[in-house]
Amino acid sequence: MVQINLPKNSKVQKGEYFKDKTGSKNIRKVNIYRWDSSTGKNPRIDTYEVDMDNCPSKVLDLLNKIKNEIDPSIAYRRSCAHGVCGSCAMNMDGKNGLACTKPHSEIKGDINIYPLPHLKVQKDLIGDLDTLYKQYHSVEPWLKNSAKNNDKENLQSIEDRSKLDGLYECIMCACCSTSCPSYWWNGDKYLGPAVLLQAYRWIIDSRDEDKKERLQKVADELKLYRCHTILNCTNACPKGLNPAKAIAEIKKMLATT
Amino acid sequence: MSEYNIIDHEYDVVVLGAGGSGLRAAVGLSEAGLKTACISKVFPTRSHTSAAQGGISAALGNMGEDDWRWHMYDTVKGSDWLGDQDCIEYLCKEAPRAVLELERYGVPFSRTKDGKIYQRSFGGMTKNYGNETVQRTCAAADRTGHAILHTMYGQALKHNTEFFIEYFALDLLMNNGECKGLIAWNLNDGTIHRFRSHITIIATGGYGKTYYSSTSAHTCTGDGNGMALRAGLPLQDMEFVQFHPTGIYGHGTLISEGVRGEGGYLLNSKGERFMERYAPKAKDLASRDVVSRSIAIEINEGRGVGNEKDHVHLHLDHLDPKVIKNRLPGISESSRLFANVDVTKEPIPVVPTVHYNMGGIPTNYKAEVITLDGTEKTVSGLMAIGEAACVSVHGANRLGSNSLIDLVVFGRAAAIRAAEIVKPGTPHEKIPENETEKCIDRFDKFRNANGENKTADLRLAMQKTMQSKCAVFRTEKTLKEGINEIRKPFDGMDSISVKDKSLIFNTDLVETLEFDNLIRQAIVTMDSAYLRKESRGAHAREDFSKRDDKNFMKHTISWCNGSETKIDYRPVHTSTLTNEVQYFPPQERVY
Repeated sequence: MVQINLPKNSKVQKGEYFKDKTGSKNIRKVNIYRWDSSTGKNPRIDTYEVDMDNCPSKVLDLLNKIKNEIDPSIAYRRSCAHGVCGSCAMNMDGKNGLACTKPHSEIKGDINIYPLPHLKVQKDLIGDLDTLYKQYHSVEPWLKNSAKNNDKENLQSIEDRSKLDGLYECIMCACCSTSCPSYWWNGDKYLGPAVLLQAYRWIIDSRDEDKKERLQKVADELKLYRCHTILNCTNACPKGLNPAKAIAEIKKMLATT
Repeated sequence: MSEYNIIDHEYDVVVLGAGGSGLRAAVGLSEAGLKTACISKVFPTRSHTSAAQGGISAALGNMGEDDWRWHMYDTVKGSDWLGDQDCIEYLCKEAPRAVLELERYGVPFSRTKDGKIYQRSFGGMTKNYGNETVQRTCAAADRTGHAILHTMYGQALKHNTEFFIEYFALDLLMNNGECKGLIAWNLNDGTIHRFRSHITIIATGGYGKTYYSSTSAHTCTGDGNGMALRAGLPLQDMEFVQFHPTGIYGHGTLISEGVRGEGGYLLNSKGERFMERYAPKAKDLASRDVVSRSIAIEINEGRGVGNEKDHVHLHLDHLDPKVIKNRLPGISESSRLFANVDVTKEPIPVVPTVHYNMGGIPTNYKAEVITLDGTEKTVSGLMAIGEAACVSVHGANRLGSNSLIDLVVFGRAAAIRAAEIVKPGTPHEKIPENETEKCIDRFDKFRNANGENKTADLRLAMQKTMQSKCAVFRTEKTLKEGINEIRKPFDGMDSISVKDKSLIFNTDLVETLEFDNLIRQAIVTMDSAYLRKESRGAHAREDFSKRDDKNFMKHTISWCNGSETKIDYRPVHTSTLTNEVQYFPPQERVY
């Protein structure tokens, strides 16, 4: 039988309310999704009143402030804090992005913070990216080149190298894939924008000798053609990349070869 | 400890850390047919190698004549003669091969008109033994570390390296002074894992987070260094902490030296290019310690910019916008996001910011860990590479773009040496249980800690102390105060509190364990700095302003038991590895 109703434990409940203790006049409410698998309880939304007079500008600063000063139990990934490692991808005010580059001043009203959508949650804001990482492995993200000369580099013209711009900068934060409705429905089979952008990065590298095989490998109804050019991916990318265009280029190459 | 289910693993080699050096080692080990596990507390591409910007040094000579011996001389001079010249010879000689290997792995290097790897100028990199600047730093725009890390991860996937991702390492397993593996906590499901291995390679990076303001990631907590100290092993040259001249004022984000390599320069509030006074020849491309001190002096003497006159300006608005777009896109983005600056029109507000640890786990050029017991002795079963290690190739001050090359050259060296030592599939001997018990006891004690002190508060106290007492300039007085003050957060651990008691992604407990690692490193850093009564490289004492080769041409070796330290010294190596180059005797260091 098809299950129509959502499972019981997916209902998000109202959680704890942490009232401001600093006496600040400049308070914002921050609502954060909380879930700890080991308690057996349903997920909840905890609310924190935060003194904004002493908080630097980004959402990650806000989270760190809450963790350091109010509630150390809240769990999220973070590392570089300047948008290059891709750890702190989450859903803020309904939009995916990196907490370390997203200014909280851009959010109106209460600040709502959730994990990236449609991932299995491991705890609080931490989502399980295992499937995406396996899909990344499946596109064989390494250079295939038979040249045996170890004393010299492969030559590549400035023009050919520039074809990698807009692709190699991807930090695999998964903001794009987890904003894509097609990936939500078929995430086990459809490779999704992040992985297809990576696939295209190797297809288009002039040094790579496996272009045809790479194209054939993704030329699949589910792996590639589940992209319906919704463009949420491009809208979500915190690095300003265009995965939708990369996917379109792959489709174009398949149509013309 | 019965509460914890311990899962056992056996490997020929275990690599701890999956940044540039850990991944390079793992690839080499897989190629050599050794059963290898690579353990990391973050997914590999989240490692801090991704934040390296400017480039990777190697005397390829793509932009004009170059020679690895010139690179070696620059590195020796950059190290203020504290680097071991046998190791530096190995680094510089192997560098070109290592970069070409990266290119064949697929790193998207920027290119010259002839299609070769593009190289840019960097601080302290010169032609013909200090005569004029040379373009030696190979670059993938200003995202070289990111490009290398992602490519290396691809190589590891190609070789089917076995990863244990989001496992937090707790302690080394030692037996009679030999390393037999390590214990780690799987954050994904809360289980404890005991890894038996013939060789353990520590590649856990630096410990920048001991300071309040640093370019380091939150995860740069030097966990491997902390584990070494707890195992009774020493660290080396910990007083040498590099301040990068150009971190974004107020935020600490790195602005690559590549900016100055491409023609950017620093100005004070009077609009002077002040570096001309401090380094008449190299100017803005003097080595990092020199530029950082010069900025600090400008600020101290009232020539800083801004309301508080507490930073300086980095200009690149005179550069061709095409150069900025093609070669410096990353720092343009960072400047916009974190300083609200359009670099084509305005200067970037910058200030010297903690960036790199020259010190770490002492090793020889084969990456084998050494300790001091009368003379240098290798520690069987243990290796260290990357920023966690102190080979020492960087001595008292690392040159920009010498860290990425350090990662891949010594990552490879470790794999080669491990393959010489270990025969694949050799059985593991039995080790006593008490090491495991000790480790689990410590873990359990922190997990159940219900004291008065929040980890975040103790960490902040440590960071503020390091920032104010062990900064660019140091004196007897500040360091003496620092020695006392830095022990307070350590003592505060007696009554620490951990709110989260769970085992799955308990980041409260992770941060507490990281703090335990950090504070030990902070203590040995402070004590080592206090006892080095000279100025050398990044260690600048106002009360001992000259280098003192007679008394201090030696490496500091520091042990730490609780908050008690023991400090000893070992001589700097005074010979090269081969006859292909002669030892460079100490000179006065001017740029």
